[in-house]
Amino acid sequence: MIEVKGLTRYYGSFAAVKDASFKIADREIVGFLGLNGAGKSTILRVLAGLQMPSAGTVTVGGIDATVAPDALRKRIGFLPEDPPLYREMRVSEFLRWVGQVKGCTRAQVEAELPKVMETCRLTDAANQVIGELSHGYRKRVGIAQAIIHRPEVVILDEPISGLDPRQIVEMRGVVRALKSFATVLISSHILSEIAQTVDRILVIHRGRIVAEGTEQQLSGSLGTGTRLTVVVRGKLDACEEVLGKSELVEGYELAAQGELVNASVTLRGDKREEFVRELVEAGLGIRQIQDSMGELEPIFLELTRAAMAPAGLESKQHPIHKEADA
Amino acid sequence: MRGMLLIARRELAAYLNSYWGYAVIAAVLVVDGLLFNAFALGNQPKLSSKVIEEFFYFSFGTTIIASILLTMRLIAEERQTGTIVLLDSSPLNAWQLVGGKYLSAMTVLTTMVLATAYMPALVFVNGKVSYGHIFAGYTGLLLVTASVAAIGTFASAISRSQLVAGFASVVITIAFLVMWLLAKVADPPLVDVLSYFSLFDRHYRGFMRGQINTEDVVFYLSICFVFLMLASRFMAARRWR
Repeated sequence: MIEVKGLTRYYGSFAAVKDASFKIADREIVGFLGLNGAGKSTILRVLAGLQMPSAGTVTVGGIDATVAPDALRKRIGFLPEDPPLYREMRVSEFLRWVGQVKGCTRAQVEAELPKVMETCRLTDAANQVIGELSHGYRKRVGIAQAIIHRPEVVILDEPISGLDPRQIVEMRGVVRALKSFATVLISSHILSEIAQTVDRILVIHRGRIVAEGTEQQLSGSLGTGTRLTVVVRGKLDACEEVLGKSELVEGYELAAQGELVNASVTLRGDKREEFVRELVEAGLGIRQIQDSMGELEPIFLELTRAAMAPAGLESKQHPIHKEADA
Repeated sequence: MRGMLLIARRELAAYLNSYWGYAVIAAVLVVDGLLFNAFALGNQPKLSSKVIEEFFYFSFGTTIIASILLTMRLIAEERQTGTIVLLDSSPLNAWQLVGGKYLSAMTVLTTMVLATAYMPALVFVNGKVSYGHIFAGYTGLLLVTASVAAIGTFASAISRSQLVAGFASVVITIAFLVMWLLAKVADPPLVDVLSYFSLFDRHYRGFMRGQINTEDVVFYLSICFVFLMLASRFMAARRWR
């Protein structure tokens, strides 16, 4: 669906994106992960046809962004971080207008409008003036304007920024619903959030793609293993003995809380089933076991640290990315 | 054309939904009315054609001010509020975008200009005026309006804020207005060039007197075309910067 080769984008003499290459399949949800200023938005803006690449090629569904930008934009729906909305218009009026501007006939827009309202959970706000809506609703109107013309690719730049926890959960549902008809690209710097929504992650740092893969692939490639938080009933010494002897465990930290022991465990790879069996066989009473929250944080920091420190390393891509290319 | 009309329709609704458009039109009509009463009619007896000529003389000033005030927001406001992304990410090309914006401004300005028609019509009460004179005067006035609106659209396209756009429009328009002064102190062949670009002195006086010269019409239409083309080129080039 999307193929990017050697994409480079300069602003003056500053290279916001350097030699980025990747492929995205049809109906895939891909997350662009990076710190502020990493180049995520620039890549998305080039893919959306808002900016032209300084070098390299970008094709969406076989259409070259530099050769036929108008045709490309017809196939793409774009939501920037701040939704571009005319505050004086009513929601349905605005969506009708956007649909026609994006090349649909009035009949097509009328047919699509109820579905889009439903997908974005806007039905109850159809006749409200946009300027009077809450931030969460405005984000949803932003998504609705991006999909009203039924695009093949939907690009969402930081779709959850500024939303409260309830709105984030709702937004996650909306984004997943888009997958039924479109390829979805999302950028975010909220690591835990991106992992819950996307099929694959591209990690961007200083304009380069430093890694690419699923959360597990990224984690495995760095040898960071799987992190678990385990609460067991037993004595601290007994726990220490079991974990110390285990060949599955790469590292651990223990803390006693009365009769319970809290253990933060890092496994050598994804061997959660074997690890649980080992604990049971050792006679430790498992009270609770869960994946550690924010698993992506250490992965992300590790990847960006590798790209940041020595000058020579900056141009090298992470092995995962090479594998994906191969 | 459809895309251009869609842009124009929304822009027109924005004019009607805000106080700005009404305020500018009302101010122009009030000032025009006062000037017409004080100077064109005056206290001394005058020939009707002289009254009409003076009416078109001061209408020139109020109309170019209104053109600048109503066009400075066209594209700069979209950039200020971030809605320019919506237009940039649509399949519309730069010409449709600029054309639609310009068309909406011209609709409002034409309505405003035609709303002054009651003033020359008043002359019919006690005077005798040629319809041709009035037609020629309004043709000139609308051509000037179209030219300054094109300048304003261009200024709005290159500016990040409405204020800067307004300032740029004023500077460009004044430059065209004072060409005849520069022409007075210049030597040939520069004198002909400067004189030709004079927005008022060389090209508008004929319309005031009821004459329509092809050269003047071509001049104003050229100004419109050049500035609208520059605006659309600038909008298209932004993607590459």
